[in-house]
Amino acid sequence: MASNSSRGSSERHRIAQHRLSVIAGHLQRPLNGDTTIRATECKAQGTRPDVATEMKTVPRRRQEIMKWNGWGYNDSKFIYNKNGQAEFTGKRYRLSGMIIPGLRDWMESTFGATVQHKTPATPVLNTSAVQPPTLNEAFVEGIKSTGIPFSHDPEDRVFRSHGHCLHEIFPLREGKVGRVPDMVVWPKCHNDVVKTVELACKHNVCLIPFGGGTSVSSALECPPEETRSIVSLDTSQMNRVLWIDEKNLTAHVEAGIIGQDLERLLNESGYCTGHEPDSMEFSSLGGWVATRASGMKKNIYGNIEDLVVHIKMVTPRGVIEKSCQGPRMSTGPDVHHFILGSEGTLGVVTEVTMKIRPVPEYQKYGSVVFPNFEQGVACLREVARQRCAPASIRLMDNEQFQFGHALKPQVSSIFTSFLDGLKKFYITKFKGFDPSRLCVATLLFEGDREKVLQHEKQVYDIAAKFGGLAAGEDNGQRGYMLTFVIAYLRDLGMDYFVIGESFETSVPWDRVLDICRNVKARIVQECKDRGVQFQPLSTCRVTQTYDAGACVYFYFAFNYRGLSDPLHVYAQVEHAAREEILANGGSLSHHHGVGKLRKEWMRETVSDVGLGMLKSVKDYVDPNNIFGNRNLL
Amino acid sequence: MASRAVYVHRDPMLKKRDDFEDILEERRHSSDLRYALKCYTPVLYKGLSPCRASELKSMVLQSDQLQYVINQVSKEMGRTAEEVQAEASTILDEMAHRLQISTVRFFAFTLSKIFKTLFRSICVNEEGIQRLQQAIHEHPVILLPSHRSYMDFLLMSYVLYTYDLSVPVIAAGMDFMGMKIVGEMLRMSGAFFIRRSFGGDKLYWAVFSEYVQIMVKSGFAPVEFFLEGTRSRTAKSLTPKLGLLNIVIDPFLKGEVFDISLVPVSISYERVLEEALYARELLGVPKPKESTSGLFKARKVLSEDYGSIHIYFGQPVSVRALAEGKVNRCQFNLTPRHIPRKPGEEIQSFVNDLAYRLVRSQEENMVLTPWVLLAFLLLQNQAVGNERGMSLDELTEQAAWVRDLSRQFGAFLHWPDQLPPSKVVSSSLSLHRGLVRISDGRVQLALEMPHSAMTSEEELLNRAVIILSCASYRNQALHLFIRPALLAVAIQAASSNKKQEVYNSFSFLWNMFSNEFILCPGAAVQDFEEACYLLVKSGALQISQQEILVSGRGHRTLAFLANILDPFLEGYQMVCRFLYEATEGLTEKQFVPAVRKFIIKHLLTGRLRYAEVLSSDLQKNALAALLRLGAVQKLKGCQGALKVNKVIVNSLEDTLGKKQAVSRSLNTHGLFLDLDKNSKLILVSVSQRRKAAHSEGSRRSTLIPTR
Ligand SMILES: Cc1cc2nc3c(=O)[nH]c(=O)nc-3n(C[C@H](O)[C@H](O)[C@H](O)COP(=O)(O)OP(=O)(O)OC[C@H]3O[C@@H](n4cnc5c(N)ncnc54)[C@H](O)[C@@H]3O)c2cc1C
Repeated sequence: MASNSSRGSSERHRIAQHRLSVIAGHLQRPLNGDTTIRATECKAQGTRPDVATEMKTVPRRRQEIMKWNGWGYNDSKFIYNKNGQAEFTGKRYRLSGMIIPGLRDWMESTFGATVQHKTPATPVLNTSAVQPPTLNEAFVEGIKSTGIPFSHDPEDRVFRSHGHCLHEIFPLREGKVGRVPDMVVWPKCHNDVVKTVELACKHNVCLIPFGGGTSVSSALECPPEETRSIVSLDTSQMNRVLWIDEKNLTAHVEAGIIGQDLERLLNESGYCTGHEPDSMEFSSLGGWVATRASGMKKNIYGNIEDLVVHIKMVTPRGVIEKSCQGPRMSTGPDVHHFILGSEGTLGVVTEVTMKIRPVPEYQKYGSVVFPNFEQGVACLREVARQRCAPASIRLMDNEQFQFGHALKPQVSSIFTSFLDGLKKFYITKFKGFDPSRLCVATLLFEGDREKVLQHEKQVYDIAAKFGGLAAGEDNGQRGYMLTFVIAYLRDLGMDYFVIGESFETSVPWDRVLDICRNVKARIVQECKDRGVQFQPLSTCRVTQTYDAGACVYFYFAFNYRGLSDPLHVYAQVEHAAREEILANGGSLSHHHGVGKLRKEWMRETVSDVGLGMLKSVKDYVDPNNIFGNRNLL
Repeated sequence: MASRAVYVHRDPMLKKRDDFEDILEERRHSSDLRYALKCYTPVLYKGLSPCRASELKSMVLQSDQLQYVINQVSKEMGRTAEEVQAEASTILDEMAHRLQISTVRFFAFTLSKIFKTLFRSICVNEEGIQRLQQAIHEHPVILLPSHRSYMDFLLMSYVLYTYDLSVPVIAAGMDFMGMKIVGEMLRMSGAFFIRRSFGGDKLYWAVFSEYVQIMVKSGFAPVEFFLEGTRSRTAKSLTPKLGLLNIVIDPFLKGEVFDISLVPVSISYERVLEEALYARELLGVPKPKESTSGLFKARKVLSEDYGSIHIYFGQPVSVRALAEGKVNRCQFNLTPRHIPRKPGEEIQSFVNDLAYRLVRSQEENMVLTPWVLLAFLLLQNQAVGNERGMSLDELTEQAAWVRDLSRQFGAFLHWPDQLPPSKVVSSSLSLHRGLVRISDGRVQLALEMPHSAMTSEEELLNRAVIILSCASYRNQALHLFIRPALLAVAIQAASSNKKQEVYNSFSFLWNMFSNEFILCPGAAVQDFEEACYLLVKSGALQISQQEILVSGRGHRTLAFLANILDPFLEGYQMVCRFLYEATEGLTEKQFVPAVRKFIIKHLLTGRLRYAEVLSSDLQKNALAALLRLGAVQKLKGCQGALKVNKVIVNSLEDTLGKKQAVSRSLNTHGLFLDLDKNSKLILVSVSQRRKAAHSEGSRRSTLIPTR
């Protein structure tokens, strides 16, 4: 059959509707696009895209909907309300508009962060703090003649000068702005990019691709030593799904599309990619390719490198792409792997063909409580050994478990304090578990209903062997919600002297426990040695399982009251923590990438020869360092 | 000249030490039984619950490490894995402790009784105990006491029990197992037993190291062992043994624990129980096999006053902090950690430095009594052949002088300043009645008068027992003086007062004696600087850019210091002489008896000054040094036959013998002793030397002209 039968497509539509409501479970989005702009058809593009692109989330002027010095949407943030209770504002998320009674206690008991000690952020950007742009007139003229939109408005430029590392956001809160791009361009399609790159090469301008701006590796930072005019190439307007191929289950998509739009558009046709990094609300397909991103459901769908079938990238040497869409090739080293993880140093990814899957019929959260972290890790290892991991399985340590409880929204009018709740929870359910040691695994199952239930049983049976007790869907779902709001929470922390961040690694199974213990302890020790006055939060979770190892994610935050240079202390501790990771057999990064933050370790990570190989590719592809963000090498 | 020694050079005067508390005091006033039955709930490592001996055993037997070696051995030997596993289990049974609180309580009771009769006080630095408690809570702890007496580990457990800390598990030598009941008692109080040698036995090694490492990692009790390996019979610290230290820090290097705290403990005895026993042993009266009845007999003999004991718990040393920048832990990333590997060079040199650092901190915190200083003076006086001894006044004057000097060098001296010095001296002497004689207000060593019934050899050995006993007290403070003493001799021996010349001769002596004293390998330069620093500070030397000058009042200091090394110089010389004259085919086994005979012969002719050179410890150290320096070689496969380089040994003897500078023109052979690239002694001609010195600049630092 060349096309879907009407029954098939309406069935798919039904599933898609369901799927949308499920996504809204942890992630609600505005259904009217009043803040979005209409994508005009790219004239250079010959064919009409066969998927409607009516509603797009990211406007050219990001500041209309997003914070300039914090995470996410303007309307969504944690605040302490008039009654001194924590509340999440806005309407977008499940948590929006809710009171979170335990959060304030948790902030006080974990960090010693009290309401009295406030460090509010500068509300508006003082544009006079922004350096006037260094413009390359010839290049500007060239861009003008192509009709590609551009801007040198200070706000536009500041918005594209950073990702979301602590040291990028913290100064902005204080109104401090460093080197920013001199100009922003918004190509609308592949050909626009080709023209832009040609002009940049001709006039020796430095180009920095910008996707969703969610980088956490200093990848978007402008190298301060760069003297050429720096142009930020914002891909956000290249956001169409160009075609869907139901026979091969692939979709051809422009690389600027952000995760939530991609899923939504595919869902409308009954499909999904299943690629869901925690940043999927804002991060882009091109960004994922450029950083080798990983989504939480990789167990079913794979990581980005497993998902891409074809990539088109514009480089100073020309366009690189494969000649066919064969599912696997033996044609020498896979050239896709020069592109995947290239972090904007070789060119701009413009179009990607990705695998798609029918939207799953059924989704179910779950959770298991273990008496201690050791047992939890042993269970995850066994699940991986049996290759029966659910779509997502994550193991939080005790601190994160407690944190999860602190985020319980108020549901009934009867006020139960955080501690009371905890106590009740233990007594009724987990007698015999030490509340200061137990930990929880959160689960997400996907597929058809019957299989999900079967799968669920298999996993719970394994868990039982390691002393794990099923702890309900609610705890599971809250665990995932947490990962979406945690970035917002950091802003609340920064309002009250608390700074922090996360970092990750991948490590063989036999070293998981050791690395978790040692890195957490190292953080605590380094904080103490560097004069941090308060006990830091140092916690971790195992977020992905593989045959031969796992991905471990650390959160680290502390109250910096009394420190004269908190950012410096923070950087030193994070540096030490990374050294500790490497000394314990962990990798430099599982999915965040190297950027500029971690490049000092690249040589020892890939060896001299390895680094030389990467350098020679860079030298060939981009001899004049047009893509001059200086990441990686 | 750069060195990677771990220790830092600090001003000894600034060393702050804790105060002591006598734990016997309370024992004398309250019930021992109640004490033995007290509620005992020691802090544990991060709140772990104790692990029963049987659980420990199965953890060891099932560990990946051991399983790997069991499979390996079974393949290599063609035996079934079950057989090898059973053997491992037997080894473990022979080895493992069976710590029981009831036995600990039994010891707490009986030792209270015994200690109260033997000792005046047992003093412990309580701040050290507090630090230890903190350390036990935070990280696995390794206790590293000095080893001067069998008492040491009973004492350690006793003290920890007293302070409500977990009693340690202790690595003990197999020789205890000869004493059936005591051996089992010790096992139940936490001792585990290791064979003295198990050279190539892979399985034994694997069981042993896994057993120890699991105890370290699970952290339910501190692991205790003696860095020196065995009791020091001379009271000098012994060159540290690295085997166990390697094993216990391995879990840190492999990331299995966050850190490990090493706690050096210094136990100083005012009188060592084994005093005369040790001297006999050193003189070749064979060591009595440790049997239970022997110990009880000894116990009867010992109804004497043994003075006080001081136990100082040093600052915990963080392995993590010291390894930072020295050991790259990534080296374990690419092979599974349970596959045994020999430690690489980097780790070996780290562990070696670490061990020396720890032994030095044991030394530094040893409490010295006034008697130790008197021993220096009495021995020196005896050696100059002063038959009448010293007057009490003279001894007191000199003692006060040495007291001041030792304080300037940072001694941990317990000299009761509130008493007049003469009082201090006489009460010290009275505790050691067996070693000194006072008559007509004159003091000398209690050497027996010539006696017709004895052969002159017997007489000599009897005198030597007293002298070696006395020397063992002097030795307690050797660490304090050794570097300045080497410098003092170097100044006398150097051909000029040029700093470089003095250093050359210092470095030669330093190399020669690094088996004798605790001198950290590679740290000659630091040691030289430390010696210079101390002697300048005490006003004995003035040092300019180029020159080292002895000040007016420095002569007394230098003479005193140089005298300290005299017996050793003479001893090493005699060993060289002996080897020079030795017939071919001498084996290592025959060495000690033969050299002893040789030395006795020379002593009896009256040509030697120091009966101390009879010490087998000194003789063995000298041989070890000569082997290390390549002057003697062990031939392979000839039952340890020694091959002596006669020319070198001969010139060494000459060099050690001369205290006065020998100017170069006097060299009859025109040859110099030198060290080659591998730190082996060689002889070079003047022209070679000049060439080498020219091409290699300052690396050549050990040139000593020889006749
Ligand atoms: C709260 C939060 C959660 C996160 N969770 C995850 C997660 O679960 N999994 C994960 O993998 N990562 C995660 N990240 C990291 C980040 O989202 C990823 O690195 C993401 O892939 C970046 O995409 P982006 O579109 O935002 O790229 P940007 O941040 O805009 O850019 C990142 C780098 O890619 C380059 N680049 C961007 N687009 C292109 C293009 N089209 N062509 C060439 N180069 C380009 C840029 O020059 C830059 O060097 C998270 C980050 C945050 C802040």
